[in-house]
Amino acid sequence: MNIDWVWGLCGGLLIGLGGAVYLLGNGRIMGASGILGGLVDGSARDTMAEKLAFVAGLIGMPILLRPLIAPEVQTHLTNNLGLVVIAGLLVGVGTRIANGCTSGHGVCGISRFSLRGIVATVFYILAGGVTLVLLRHIWGLI
Amino acid sequence: MRLFVALIAGSLFGAGLLISGMTDTTKVQGWLDVFGQWDPTLAFVMGGAILPMLIAWRLTIGRKALIGDDFPPPAQSEVDRRLVVGSVLFGMGWGLVGLCPGPAMASLSYGGLGGLVFLAAMIAGMFAAPMLGAQLDRAANAA
Repeated sequence: MNIDWVWGLCGGLLIGLGGAVYLLGNGRIMGASGILGGLVDGSARDTMAEKLAFVAGLIGMPILLRPLIAPEVQTHLTNNLGLVVIAGLLVGVGTRIANGCTSGHGVCGISRFSLRGIVATVFYILAGGVTLVLLRHIWGLI
Repeated sequence: MRLFVALIAGSLFGAGLLISGMTDTTKVQGWLDVFGQWDPTLAFVMGGAILPMLIAWRLTIGRKALIGDDFPPPAQSEVDRRLVVGSVLFGMGWGLVGLCPGPAMASLSYGGLGGLVFLAAMIAGMFAAPMLGAQLDRAANAA
């Protein structure tokens, strides 16, 4: 039996718990693109240290945990580095222009019934689905 | 203390992304690929993550954050060009390889060269975003 959805649900609860801790503790919205973007473009200023600590946990915890509980997890990212560069640029530009990604608009936005969060999520899922289906099934490129 | 809370929150986020399978691009693309072997996992992750946040938002009413600041202001309701265009661009990149910003950082230690390249390109995109956003605003004003 495929129990991936159970792991998905458990992992999801942990993600939401992280967001709840960040919100109730520090009064901040847990958005991955906002946190990294603030560090990158220098707009973070007084929240710089806080954002760095968050990123340290985000990168560090999988280093500690993966060998213990999920050594089989791989990213299975495509070997086509040209594609990876294009995708990375699109994700970086898009999330900063839209001011949020899957965590900020998706998890934190939808859970407060934010219209912007819901609209953003609908558009990035539609755009992602159309892109993937076109490139994989229609044009056979990926 | 703020730093400790941020470290804990980031660690929970990282652990959740690892355990949920969301750092595996085949699971993300499997969810987006409605014409292939559809994988429902992402919906469970989203649902699971939204639950604690529903409670957390409820708890913010009439209170202050435990440390320091006020809670974020009420959500804006204005849907503008930036939100839509940005989300479409993000979605295209997301569908293309199956990574978004959180998992891209969480998988840094096991994502290999490709993961590093994605992160570097994403950071470059974040640098360029203010310029492109301003151009978008100008186009909107001209229209």
